[in-house]
Amino acid sequence: MDGYNFAYLDEQTKRMIRRAILKAVAIPGYQVPFGSREMPLPYGWGTGGIQVTAGVIGQDDVLKVIDQGADDTTNAVSIRRFFARTTGVKTTEKTTEATLIQTRHRIPERPLSEGQILVYQVPIPEPLRWLEPRETETRKMHALQEYGIMHVKLYEDIARFGRIATSYDYPVVVNDRYLMKPSPIPKFDNPKMDNMPALQLFGAGREKRIYAIPPYTKVKSLDFDDHPFEIQQWDENCALCGSENSYLDEVVMDDQGGRMFVCSDTDHCESRQSDGHVGPMGTQQAAE
Amino acid sequence: MLMNSQDVRPLPGQPLPGFAVPVHDSQRVFRGILDAMAHPGKIVELTDLPDAPKALNKASVAVCLALVDFETPLWADDAISAQAQAVTHIQFHCGCPITTAPEKARFALLSQGTDLTSLKAFCHGTDERPDLSTTVIVQAEGFGGGEDVRLSGPGIKTETTLSITGVGTGFWQAVRDNAQRFPRGVDLMICTDEAIVCLPRTIEVED
Repeated sequence: MDGYNFAYLDEQTKRMIRRAILKAVAIPGYQVPFGSREMPLPYGWGTGGIQVTAGVIGQDDVLKVIDQGADDTTNAVSIRRFFARTTGVKTTEKTTEATLIQTRHRIPERPLSEGQILVYQVPIPEPLRWLEPRETETRKMHALQEYGIMHVKLYEDIARFGRIATSYDYPVVVNDRYLMKPSPIPKFDNPKMDNMPALQLFGAGREKRIYAIPPYTKVKSLDFDDHPFEIQQWDENCALCGSENSYLDEVVMDDQGGRMFVCSDTDHCESRQSDGHVGPMGTQQAAE
Repeated sequence: MLMNSQDVRPLPGQPLPGFAVPVHDSQRVFRGILDAMAHPGKIVELTDLPDAPKALNKASVAVCLALVDFETPLWADDAISAQAQAVTHIQFHCGCPITTAPEKARFALLSQGTDLTSLKAFCHGTDERPDLSTTVIVQAEGFGGGEDVRLSGPGIKTETTLSITGVGTGFWQAVRDNAQRFPRGVDLMICTDEAIVCLPRTIEVED
């Protein structure tokens, strides 16, 4: 695109972001402050993720962007178009074809492989922020590995509801050291972060933080011996592809109480359907 | 008529050409460094790098061109500082301040054969800001062909082996000591003419 540098950001900004990313990878789970820039879209729309992607992306990359698992929702479409216009890279909806995946609030169902990079958009990077508003204090708590209040919060859930009620943005400990917010992914996705072969990068634009999980790194969801971590389960299968083990979205069909459950990961659902899998409300696709 | 670049011999102290296409070359080099940092101990080849002045090698120069700028003071050891062209080259292309105080350096350049005794002098960050530590670029002769050291830690599936030639005898002990200070500590980038290996502070060197 004329008048703009490759990937929109100027070279000095990219260098600053790249240095922050390298320190983030070297200290798994630690939030590195960076000089977040104004982007041509408002905070809360993925400015952190976009800046990380802009710092990393190159001409040979194949980019996939998802929003809540879907490739065709507003946020995903605009960010994909933004990078298609400012870099000219190839884009894809297929998880397997992508070298770089920017995501809002999901991890693809299909396991990622070594060499791929997953970039998360993060609204609030500090896991202790709602428990301790002062940055000076949370920084000390991370320095001293003092994470007791997070356990108290989870315990209060158990005392009130009989179970840990946190269902998304579920806190994890990275490499047995730093407490980390995994961005608002459902806790269903937390186990995928553990020992993932792909590199995971997190960008928070408004809060000006970048953090990372290197490949093959231990990521443990916080829990208690008598209340072990568990993920969501559904009684239904995906209505379109029949999947029994993917994260399902509930879709209201009419005002008579009609509902359907479908995979939130559109690429996973479509590739299953084209493989011949069919759910109760799906239609058999012609075998090729 | 343009002269062939081979015919032009730069005067001592003059910078050599930098990246041919700065935007894409620095991105490509950064991705190589990122791959190396995400997979400690992995030998990542860097190709099509610009020439390096005396006392520096191609990968270490490329790392500087890709990452160093006016925000990041650079420290170089005596052997490198003695080569006027090496310092001029980096300063010309990166526009970085050159510091003589190792604890103020965000990047440091070490000559081949170093045993890393100087490592303790660099900035190791604080417990609250471990990211402020120095990134140390260590020049080496090559990878493989020496004594294998077993490595593990984040970024390594089970374990990996690495041997580096052209570093001093105290090298691995210094790497071990550095890892003891986690989350404080420096991060090492071992550079040769063709390749880079990163040893971040999370690395575990087995005996």
